[in-house]
Order: sequence, then structure tokens, then C-alpha cells
Amino acid sequence: MKKFITDSFSSFGLARVIILGFFVFLCVMAVVLRLNISELLTSSLVRIGMWGVLVLAMLPAIVSGIGPNFGVSLGIVCGLVGGLTALEMAFRISHVTEFSGGVLFFIAILISLPFALLTGVSYGWLLNRVKGSEMMIATYVGFSIVSIMKIAWLFLPYASPEMAWPIGRGVRVQISLANRGVTRVLNNFLSFNIGDIVVPTGLFIFFALCCLLMWIFLRSRTGVAMYAAGDNPRFSEAAGINVNRSRIIGTTISTVLGAIGILVYAQSYGFLQLYEGPMFMPFVAVAAILIGGASVRKATITHVIIGTALFLGIQVVAIPVANAFTSDWSSMGEISRKIIQNGVILYALTQAGGD
Amino acid sequence: MRVADKTIVSQSQEGVRVKKKIKGFLTNNMVTIMFLILGLLGFLIAGMSPFLFLMDIVTRVSRNSFLVLSLIIPVMAGMGLNFSIVLGAMAGQALLIFVTHWGITGLPGILLCMILVTPLSIFLGYLTGKLFNKAKGQEMIAGLILAFFAQGVYELIFLQLIGGVIPMDNRVLIMSSGVGVRTTVDLSFGLKYGLDWPGLTLGMPTLLRPTLPWVLSFFGVAGTGLLIFLYFSKKMVLSRLKLIAGIAALAAVLVFSINEMIVGSQVNLIRVPLLTWIVIAGLCFFIYFFSQTKLGQDMRSVGQDRHVAAVAGIQVDRVRIIAIMMSMVMASWGHIIFLQNMGAFSTYGSHEQIGLYSVAALLIGGATVTRATIGQALLGVFLFHTLFIVSPSAGRQLFGDAQVGEYFRVFVAYGVIGVTLAMHAWKKLLEASSRLEN
Repeated sequence: MKKFITDSFSSFGLARVIILGFFVFLCVMAVVLRLNISELLTSSLVRIGMWGVLVLAMLPAIVSGIGPNFGVSLGIVCGLVGGLTALEMAFRISHVTEFSGGVLFFIAILISLPFALLTGVSYGWLLNRVKGSEMMIATYVGFSIVSIMKIAWLFLPYASPEMAWPIGRGVRVQISLANRGVTRVLNNFLSFNIGDIVVPTGLFIFFALCCLLMWIFLRSRTGVAMYAAGDNPRFSEAAGINVNRSRIIGTTISTVLGAIGILVYAQSYGFLQLYEGPMFMPFVAVAAILIGGASVRKATITHVIIGTALFLGIQVVAIPVANAFTSDWSSMGEISRKIIQNGVILYALTQAGGD
Repeated sequence: MRVADKTIVSQSQEGVRVKKKIKGFLTNNMVTIMFLILGLLGFLIAGMSPFLFLMDIVTRVSRNSFLVLSLIIPVMAGMGLNFSIVLGAMAGQALLIFVTHWGITGLPGILLCMILVTPLSIFLGYLTGKLFNKAKGQEMIAGLILAFFAQGVYELIFLQLIGGVIPMDNRVLIMSSGVGVRTTVDLSFGLKYGLDWPGLTLGMPTLLRPTLPWVLSFFGVAGTGLLIFLYFSKKMVLSRLKLIAGIAALAAVLVFSINEMIVGSQVNLIRVPLLTWIVIAGLCFFIYFFSQTKLGQDMRSVGQDRHVAAVAGIQVDRVRIIAIMMSMVMASWGHIIFLQNMGAFSTYGSHEQIGLYSVAALLIGGATVTRATIGQALLGVFLFHTLFIVSPSAGRQLFGDAQVGEYFRVFVAYGVIGVTLAMHAWKKLLEASSRLEN
């Protein structure tokens, strides 16, 4: 029995024990300090749903062997382009027909798909040429793309009034989705109350659907081959699996999920965030799946769900708890996020072992 | 007839060899050449006055070189580009805050900062080295994430604990609520120009502040002497071609500076922070001589191949930790030099980009993940800052928008790192596969 406990303890990892302990501590404090629990739960549910797909995007990347996708900002950028194009289209044809918010959301996904597929394939091709350094290169490819897109946002010909500045060049830093009724279309779909807690049903249905499709895919022929290729590339190569192709598929799915994920995120948040917006998002998603129990080589859908719930839960609860202690600690929520997020990534890197 | 044939053959062989040499030079220095052209084009498009450019570049190169040089030793030890120098920068910045709080100003204040920051950065370097030893092969991403992590700890200390848990009573430095350091720290009338301009508080503003033409002519004369000495020294380290090229370049500098002195142009208004330059030169000599020592040679062997080095009896992990500790100390000093010149800094932001910009500068100078020299570091700083100076005005001239230029230079910093890393990883992979085939 004792061995079982120590074993499960060590496989769970010290970093995760600390984080779980911190979360429990925060929840206890929230109760002790008589914070509005139902409000906290409501916003936790929303945060979990809006980040879910982005965290799920890490899964195919890890499974296929490229490690956590630090360059998921490529997919995010594709999603943003899709979103902007959909809004622009709605504006240009608004005298002919009006789209409902829900339809516009799916149009945005459809438009972003070809971009994400193309980007994903070429990005996978690149990552196949830099085996062993994927994480670092993915990070800098992501940074480069986000910073070159900053220039692109200044020049792309979007003219819709909610996007373009009234004077000057380029699109706005944040683009509101309220005018076209896209804000919270998923969240509000079939949403219901339990007491004071609002359940964003549509958001969870969408996330669950993505998880289900991923689950089915990972059990398909291609998915199983991908698992093998990520787990032991040399053996799989000998067994006749095309490892490079598997890695490209994994990267592409990850990129596509990144594009869809940012649109889910944006409809819940109410804005599309451009320029610096996508820069540091990958790190949140990477940290979330690692907190859920994944390593840089192994991950499952359970890790995605647990990690998202735990990490985003901490973010929601930490700020009001810190503020309830003293008003001087207004930055404590953000600081604890930085320490936890990067601490857990560092921990995972040290566990991965050398080359 | 035969003889003539032979000469033709050898001539064409010679031609092929020269062509190959030129091609090799171009491919090896592709990045640097590209940035040379980019900087020159930007300068021409921006239409800047050469005087303003010169003034700006002297300031920027003096304040940034030390930081970039701090990256060389970890590269030597095979640990790649040390993104964790951000921690050293944080330590330096912390000491600047404390010394400002204690009210010690000028050169003594800067020296105190440097002395006190040394044990702190040795400690940080030790921890970082330990971490890197646990993540061998992934040092760069670990360093990058470590910098983000340390940012959280730094904010915890300086934003939430100081003034409250850690007592510090200072109306100028601490926020009005009594907790946390203000978002900007002003060093003027304190540590500002402590190293650059040591005579400022003594009422001797020109002390150790010679004008640029004087310094350049000194370099011209001394450099020529050094070259001639090297040429006639028995070791034959210098070819005749290099000697002539070197002397021609130095002569041009000499003629330029003497001409400026005679004409009495604006260039005589540019003053050189001599003490800072001496400190930078000292670091260059230190790195050069260090690389000749036993420890330096050990680092090189570890950098070449960890396993071979371990078999040869080198304590690999220890050598790697020492490399990071040295880099960390240099980075903390470098950031102090950087900030005493800036004169004010953003408490929670000014160190964040240090890793990015220093690494980008080093790479632009032609360094790679496995090889970096002093010359590459200095050239890189010059080229990188040239781009920094000219790109906003070039952006305004080309697109009517300075923002474009600013975004462009940030993209360049990220892009050059991404491309260099990718090229290095690809090369490593090709070498590994060709070794397998053999």
C-alpha cells in the first residue's frame, strides 16, 4: 500500500503535487473568505471551455513526437485571418443578406481551414528538418510569424468600420465581435442555470465534440501509426511507418486546432486580439497540458481536460483570493500564473532527459 | 607547348580555388552580409545625417557591447545561446534599485553595484547551470522559459513584497501605497552616467571623455603599430594581404578623424565614454586569454563533444556550470552598464528583451549556435543597432509610417534567431545521418 502511494506520487510528479495543493489551498481560502463561489464557478467554466480547444491542440503534436507545440501561434494567426475575413465578408454583403452570429462563427472556421492546413503542412515539413530542437525552433517560428503578422495587419485591406481605424493605417488592436452578434454564440447556446451557476452548454458541446473526434482519430489506423511514430521513431520506421508523414499530420492537426481554438476563445472573450495578442498564448496551452499530467513525449485527452480545468481554475480563483487578503496584492494573480506556467514547463523539460 | 598547357591548367585550377573560397566566404557570412546591405540600404533610404547616426551608434555600441559579449562563453562550452542572461540582468537591476535607495551616486555607486551583484549572479548562475545540466540538449528553450519564470519571481519580490514583507521606505522609489517599486526608476542625479561620465559629479565633465576623432586617431596609430608588429613577429600570424588591407582601413580612419579635427566639424562634439570602452576592452582581453587557459580549453572540448570530454577526464557538468556562472556575472555587469547609460529604466520591463536583442545581435555578427567570437559580437552590435537606428525613419520614408520600421526590426530580431537555429539543427541532422550512412 505504501509502495503504491509513493509510486503514484512519483509518477504524478512533485510539480503537479505542489500545483494541486495550491489549487486546493485557493479553493479552501475562497470558501473561508466567503467569496462568491457560484460566480467563481461560472467564470471557471467559461475559461475552461474557451481554452479547451487550444490546449487540445497540444495533443496531436506531442503524440506525433514533435513535443508540445510552442508554435501553435501559427494556427492562431490563421484563425485570426479567418475571423477577420469572415467579418469583412459579412460587412461587404450586409446589404444583400445578414448572417446570424452562429453561422458567421462557422464561416470563420471554414475560411481559416485552408490557411491552417497549408501552414501546418509546411510547418511540419520544417520541423522534420530540425529533429531534436523542435521546441526551441517552434517557439521562434511562432514569435517570427506573430511579429511579421504585426506588419501584415497594417497592410491587409480590411475596410469594415469595426476593424479599420477611422484614420491612419491598419486594423485595430482588438476587434469587437458584438456588432455581428458573434460574441458568446457558443456560450449562450442551450446554456442553463444551476442555482446561480451558468453552464455554457454550447461551449462544452463544442469542446467535447473536438475531444471525441480526436479520440476517434487516435484510434484510427493513421492515429495508431502516429502514436507509434512518436513513441519510438526508429522502431516504427523499421516497421514500415512513415514517421515524417505522421509528424506532418500531427503538426497539421495541431495547427488546425489552434485556428479553431482561437475562434472559440475569441467568441467567448468578445474580441479578436491582434498584434501582440497571440505571442504568448502557446505557453499557456503548453503549461495546461503539462499540468494535466502530460510529459513532452506522452499525452492523452484526460491530461488535456484535467490540465485545462486545473490551470484555468487556478487563474480564476487566485485573483479574488489574493485581492481579498490585501488590496496591495493586485498583481498576485498574474504573478502566480507566470510562476506556475513557466515552472511546470521547466519541470517537464528537466524530466525529458538529455539527448 | 606542354609547359603552356600546364600553366593554363594550373591557372584555371587557381581560378576554381579562388571561386570556391569566395563562395565559401559568402555562404559562411551570409547573415552578416545581408545585414550589412540591409543597414546600408536603410541608412540611404532614411536619409539620416551621418553626424546624428554616428552619435547614436557610438552611444548604443558602448552601452550594449558588454551584454552581447557575455554570451560567448556558454557558446564555447557547447550550451548554445544563453537566453538566461535575463536573470543576470534582473540581478543587476535589483542592485541598481538598492544602491539608488542607499543614495550612493556616480562611479562609486556603479562599482558598489558591480561588487555586490557578483555573488548574487554567481548564485543564480549556479542554479541555472544545475537546471541546464538536467535538460542537456534543450538548454536554449530551458533558458528562455527560465527567464519567463524568473520574471514572475522578480515581480513577486519587487511588486508585492518590497515595502511590505521586505521593509523599504523611500517615497521616490516605492509606490504611494507603500508596497512595490514604482514602474520606472529614474537614475538621473544618481547612478546615471556613473561609468560613462565619471567626472560629472566632480565638476570635471570632460574627465575621461575624449572626443571621437581623438579616440579614432589613437586607434589608427596604435592599430597600425600592432599590425606591423604582428607581421614581423616570428609566428607569421598575418598574411601580407591582411596587413595591407588592415593598414589601408586604419589609414582611412586616421585620415577621416584628422580631417574632422582640422575642419572642426560637428563630429568633434561626439564624446567617447572612455572608461566604458576600457571595461569592454578588458572583457575582450579576458575572454581571449580565458579561452587559452586549461579551463577554457576544457570548455572547448566539452563544447565539441561532451562524451569524449568526459572520457578524457573532464568534469563536464562542473565545467558547464562554471560557464553559465561566468556568463551570468558578465550579464549582470553588462546590464548595469546598459542602464547607467539609459539613465532611467522600466522596473518590470527593461530586462525582458535583453536576451532576445543580445542573441539577435550576436547572430547578426555571424556567430552560430556552436561558434561565437569577440569580433562577431562587436560587429553584430554595430550592425544590429544600425538597423535599429535607421528602420523607423526608413519605414516612414517607404510607407509613410514609422510603425512599420519598428515592427520590422522586432521581426528581424526574432527572425534571425529562428533562421539561425533552424539552419543549425538541420545541419546537425544531416551530419548525423551522413555519419550513420558511413
